[in-house]
Amino acid sequence: MVDIPYEAIADVPPAEVPDVELYHPKSWVTKYVFSQDAKVIAVQYALTASAIGLVALVLSWMMRLQLGFPGTFSFIDPNQYLQFITMHGMIMVIFLLTALFLGGFGNYLIPLMVGARDMVFPYVNMLSYWVYLLAVLVLGSSFFAPGGPTGAGWTLYPPQAILSGTPGGRDWGIILMLVSLILFIIGFTMGGLNYVVTVLQARTRGMTLMRLPLTVWGIFTATIMALLAFPALFVASVMMLFDRALGTSFFMPTLIEMGSLSKYGGGSPLLFQHLFWFFGHPEVYIVALPAFGIVSDLISTHARKNIFGYRMMVWAIVAIGALSFVVWAHHMYVSGMYPYFGFFFATTTLIIAIPTAIKVYNWVLTLWRGDIHLTVPMLFALGFIITFVNGGLTGLFLGNVVVDVPLSATMFVVAHFHMVMGVAPILVVLGAIYHWYPKVTGRMLNEVLGKFHFWVTFLGAYMIFFPMHYLGLLGIPRRYYALGDAAFIPPSAHTLNAFISVVALTVGVAQMVFLFNLVWSLFRGKPSGGNPWRATTLEWQTPETPPGHGNWGKDLPVVYRWAYDYSVPGAKEDFIPQNQPPVPRGAHGAGP
Amino acid sequence: MAVALILLLILIGSVVFHLLSPWWLTPIATNWSYIDGTVYITFWITGAAFFAVVAFMAYCVFHFHHKEGRQAAYNPENKKLEWWLSVGTGIGVAGMLAPGLVVWHQFVTVPADATEVEVMGQQWQWSFRLQGKDGRLGTTDVRNISPDNPMGLNRDDPYGQDDVVIENGDLHLLLGKPVKILLRSVDVLHDFYVPEFRAKMDLVPGMVTYFWIKPIRTGTFDVLCSQLCGAAHADMRAKVIVEEESEYHAWLEKQKTFAELSGRKAVVRATYKSGGE
Repeated sequence: MVDIPYEAIADVPPAEVPDVELYHPKSWVTKYVFSQDAKVIAVQYALTASAIGLVALVLSWMMRLQLGFPGTFSFIDPNQYLQFITMHGMIMVIFLLTALFLGGFGNYLIPLMVGARDMVFPYVNMLSYWVYLLAVLVLGSSFFAPGGPTGAGWTLYPPQAILSGTPGGRDWGIILMLVSLILFIIGFTMGGLNYVVTVLQARTRGMTLMRLPLTVWGIFTATIMALLAFPALFVASVMMLFDRALGTSFFMPTLIEMGSLSKYGGGSPLLFQHLFWFFGHPEVYIVALPAFGIVSDLISTHARKNIFGYRMMVWAIVAIGALSFVVWAHHMYVSGMYPYFGFFFATTTLIIAIPTAIKVYNWVLTLWRGDIHLTVPMLFALGFIITFVNGGLTGLFLGNVVVDVPLSATMFVVAHFHMVMGVAPILVVLGAIYHWYPKVTGRMLNEVLGKFHFWVTFLGAYMIFFPMHYLGLLGIPRRYYALGDAAFIPPSAHTLNAFISVVALTVGVAQMVFLFNLVWSLFRGKPSGGNPWRATTLEWQTPETPPGHGNWGKDLPVVYRWAYDYSVPGAKEDFIPQNQPPVPRGAHGAGP
Repeated sequence: MAVALILLLILIGSVVFHLLSPWWLTPIATNWSYIDGTVYITFWITGAAFFAVVAFMAYCVFHFHHKEGRQAAYNPENKKLEWWLSVGTGIGVAGMLAPGLVVWHQFVTVPADATEVEVMGQQWQWSFRLQGKDGRLGTTDVRNISPDNPMGLNRDDPYGQDDVVIENGDLHLLLGKPVKILLRSVDVLHDFYVPEFRAKMDLVPGMVTYFWIKPIRTGTFDVLCSQLCGAAHADMRAKVIVEEESEYHAWLEKQKTFAELSGRKAVVRATYKSGGE
């Protein structure tokens, strides 16, 4: 058992790694604004994503006010309600989570973790951010456009998305949404190619693929998936834009619009759904895989124990990534597609549960016989496991075609996807911020505020979404402005909705504590030193903290071991950095 | 140990909530108790997995949290354990998938003796059409839709003349008689959703979709739309009334066929045009 990492650290001769030409900023503007340094770009991505994420948070308050206390708030009408849910969903999935994990964490961590000086195409990397910012601005501008943003639901299903019965359908809303998505995908593609090429080509000496930290594996695999999946959304967006603006009928059959026959004819609404979910399902894992990777490293570091079953973890990431391209139609079991597809997609969907379950087992087995430090990042990691297991298991209801039939489009679905791809990844994002903030700023975040933030966020989110499943079992549909009169909905359901809304507002307010902590600690936080968590991976071994331009001083680090040498028997300390040379055989140290 | 205790309380709280929840599947009104069966199986298997993982986690946090002098074990892999866990998961997954696929096969296999009923959706109301005495529904086309032909039947299709057209009314179904519900939309996506029926399906403009049910108890049930269809999505309602044969036929007698409706409207129109003669 113990021999696996040691065969991997067979002596690697230290060697000079040829230096790469770096662009050296000449002014404040090229250093902090139009920067080509991946670390600065990462912070730009993270701040922009967080800013638009706050808009999504406020939108969620609005919809919870309406659901919890229908009729009380006259400033929310049915049209606005649909606009709120649409913009909340799209912002959270694409403009916050995808951008933050790949553009934010990917940019910051990939070069540092693989021992590179920067991304391989720094200029394209800079462009990636600015196109992303443009996409966010276009999206945000739709709030101020005539008719407001689109209210088609984040899935943007035609025909309704571009017809007059839907808010923004015949105004600017849907056009701005589609243009924004197209821009986002262009920006992402520039960044994504960078991440992939950097991982494949710019690893430092000794950093074999099977020595990469799982964070890099997660982001790397997710990026490849995104490069393959986003084109489907891209063409769907372009085609819908043509349908809306030029009068083509890719997705539009002969139909009646507001009482008279429209000019459309011959298109297929289901075609859009297939394209959308061919992107949309991998998208779930584009968000989840970086979270899987990061949480693996958080657990390992803070439990002072190697990640259990590293090789299985890597293969599970790759298997999940591959399988996620053949499960998309499980979002379409009741869409009216050919019903026999259900057999295939239910089978592939449930098979994906096996590699996913292996990852969960390996996380908890990493805790087993560990030395668990209940730091703030570790608490967030524990919260992630619970919410992810919960949300993953309810996915087995929705993935199993016939079980999905009564539950589809109910609040059960809302509860499921929020738990599994909302709460769980965001707990990882927050844990990761507590974990890497010291490297980015040189200061620790306040721990007391951090623990308060964790418990309110985690327990609150659980209290919001766990009971919500049962509203769905009862049959309450999603995307309803008001439940209206229906015999099957008891008064207690309204009480539960009010309870959920109160908790949601509380959790939202708790995020302000976090924002305060981020700003306050920047100036007053405890200085962290270079490696406050005593971690093994390369980003903690930089000569300077925060790492300077080019990351590594004069010489690139040389890697001698895998990323998880924690608590090695006989070693002086409970961690051995990846760039620490092995002690000669026979001498005291980490040798077998 | 506070954290371990909280983890345990979350687990116990979830189980207690599940057992005491007043919010649960509505009393079923069709043959699809098989679907409920698959829901229960899935609850048992996933519930057990959730309990095992979280309980183990709480145990680990309780037993292995940091203390002065504790050192973590060093065990990178355990192939045997990983193998057994994978096999166990595979068995659990198969235990859910197999019954699911068996029931899905029933779901997509419409009994030969099912009568056909058509549901038509439009923003934001439901219309229904029943077979006439000839036992067939006539053909339709969106282009035929007009104020006196709201469901767009083809006027020269002989099968359509005796179809019972119910515009903006309630649908009545016969107790115990399997029915294939044909679905079509004239504008956007809708979804014919009756929680007590369990089965549901989208209405897609440009195509006809379907599902089938056999009503097993009488009653009045709410029809909702469960596919976002625009501003008044939440208000797109109707009722389905399942009743015994005698009541059903009494109701059916009162309904108008397409020929009667278009004839009457044609008469009305002619009267109007000719100045009331």
